[in-house]
Amino acid sequence: MLLNLALAQIATKLGNVQANLEKHLDYIQQAQDRKADLIVFPELSLTGYVLQDLASTVAHKPTDDDPVFKPLLKASQNLDMVVGFVDEDERHRFYIASAYLSAGRVLHIHHKVYLPTYALFDEGRFFAHGDSIRAFDTRFGRMGMLICEDFWHASPPYLLWLDGADILLFSSASPGRGLNQHDKLESAWWVENVNQSYANLFTAFIVHSNRVGYEDGLNFWGGATVFDPKGEKLANGPYYEEALTMVTLDLNQLRRTRSRLPLMRDERADIVQKELNRILSK
Amino acid sequence: MNLDISIHTDLARKILTGFIKSEVTRVGFTRAVIGLSGGIDSALSCALAAEALGPENVLAVRMPYKSSSADSLEDAEKTAARFGVLTATLEITSMVEPVIQLDPQISNVRKGNLMARARMIILYDQSEAFKGLVIGTSNKTEILLGYTTLWGDMASALNPIGDLYKTQVRQLARAMDIPQSVIDKAPSADLWQGQTDEGELGFTYEEVDKLLYLLVDRRYSVDDCIEAGFGKEFVYQVMERVRRNQFKRMLPPIAKLSNRTIGYDFLYLRDWGT
Repeated sequence: MLLNLALAQIATKLGNVQANLEKHLDYIQQAQDRKADLIVFPELSLTGYVLQDLASTVAHKPTDDDPVFKPLLKASQNLDMVVGFVDEDERHRFYIASAYLSAGRVLHIHHKVYLPTYALFDEGRFFAHGDSIRAFDTRFGRMGMLICEDFWHASPPYLLWLDGADILLFSSASPGRGLNQHDKLESAWWVENVNQSYANLFTAFIVHSNRVGYEDGLNFWGGATVFDPKGEKLANGPYYEEALTMVTLDLNQLRRTRSRLPLMRDERADIVQKELNRILSK
Repeated sequence: MNLDISIHTDLARKILTGFIKSEVTRVGFTRAVIGLSGGIDSALSCALAAEALGPENVLAVRMPYKSSSADSLEDAEKTAARFGVLTATLEITSMVEPVIQLDPQISNVRKGNLMARARMIILYDQSEAFKGLVIGTSNKTEILLGYTTLWGDMASALNPIGDLYKTQVRQLARAMDIPQSVIDKAPSADLWQGQTDEGELGFTYEEVDKLLYLLVDRRYSVDDCIEAGFGKEFVYQVMERVRRNQFKRMLPPIAKLSNRTIGYDFLYLRDWGT
């Protein structure tokens, strides 16, 4: 089975949801023209990243009567998509969220669990953290979504793997930092290394969509990647430029890799559970 | 200590030109104004702006005082010609001289501050006349050390080089083909004859950049720096300078009274809505 994937690394307008929606619809159309089955947008793709006091004003509910989600859900009749937005619950808590839309429906919503609140980051000040990490079924198999800092921690990808996800969709608004002698910033180098490692460790597809553009002095570096279950890089979007990177995932590779390397089969989650119980009960 | 703080210049160039283009155009401008002193910092900002916006959209303003060295004017001219930017020359002597005449006791520091602020006035006037944003020329070393004039050379709409130490500015300047005479000469604010940065500061940029890199970027403690081989007195002197000049790096604190106060809990980026 083949999956034609489109990675949309866009620059966003900070707090201007309507302008960002129009860009989404434009990229979705381009992806559709190029026969994509699934398009993945970056973290907070509908709102911009350093929202601060804008957090509450840019929130939208992923329902078909919402003016932002209505056209997106309609477009999802033609191809699946992952979009980044600010979700608001009934108790008026605001979340950094990703929604997977397919065939006019919301298949899954992930609320970012790990909100970096250190160094240049201040997410915990403005957002509530998510409290679940779940895989979900799609027409291409079982997937999982994580947002940026979620996959700087090892446990969320591991949990998704145990929960059956074979395609992990990561989205980021990763501020570039750590300029040194190398041709990649430390932040870009780190993210690409861990993503490749996850592909190797979980014998799964690791998809990463990261935004570009600037917000005040912050730069966002783009460089979308896909690693296959062998840990090989299938695609690498350009750095610092908007792009729609197309790549075909041969999902049969999962079977071939796991026939050779049964890490999934041999994983002893029961030991993890036992030891976690011991550690947490201390 | 063998410490390499060199940078990948192509990557820096890409990020910084993208930054200038984004932050100028997203607020509706296409042009930039830069005070070109003849020194390396403003030459680098000028080269980056010319590459980002096109040289025809960059106005380099030379603002000599009567005691400014002829070399400075000539080096500024060479830089402007190298990058093909527009130029204007506006003398500040007639602006600052009447104030200097008011006090026969006026110190060099006060004179220097007057000149830096007169240049700020001209740049912001040219900003309106040319419809261009003022591009900053302060580097990370001088911002950290407070070797600047508040509301003078620190004033700008955006600063592409403020996260580069002086020695990194030199490296990027070489990569961008800044005229050799600009790169080679001793850094100087050129506020009075014979003034040099390193003479005034009492240490070289080579030394202090490495120390600042450890203190700031690598989060070394003062003791860690001493253990790494820097002289105790030097480390304390620099750390104290950095602390004492924090005020120059901030907007004035507003006394909080209400439930929502600018600077504390009214929080938006400048790029709000753009």
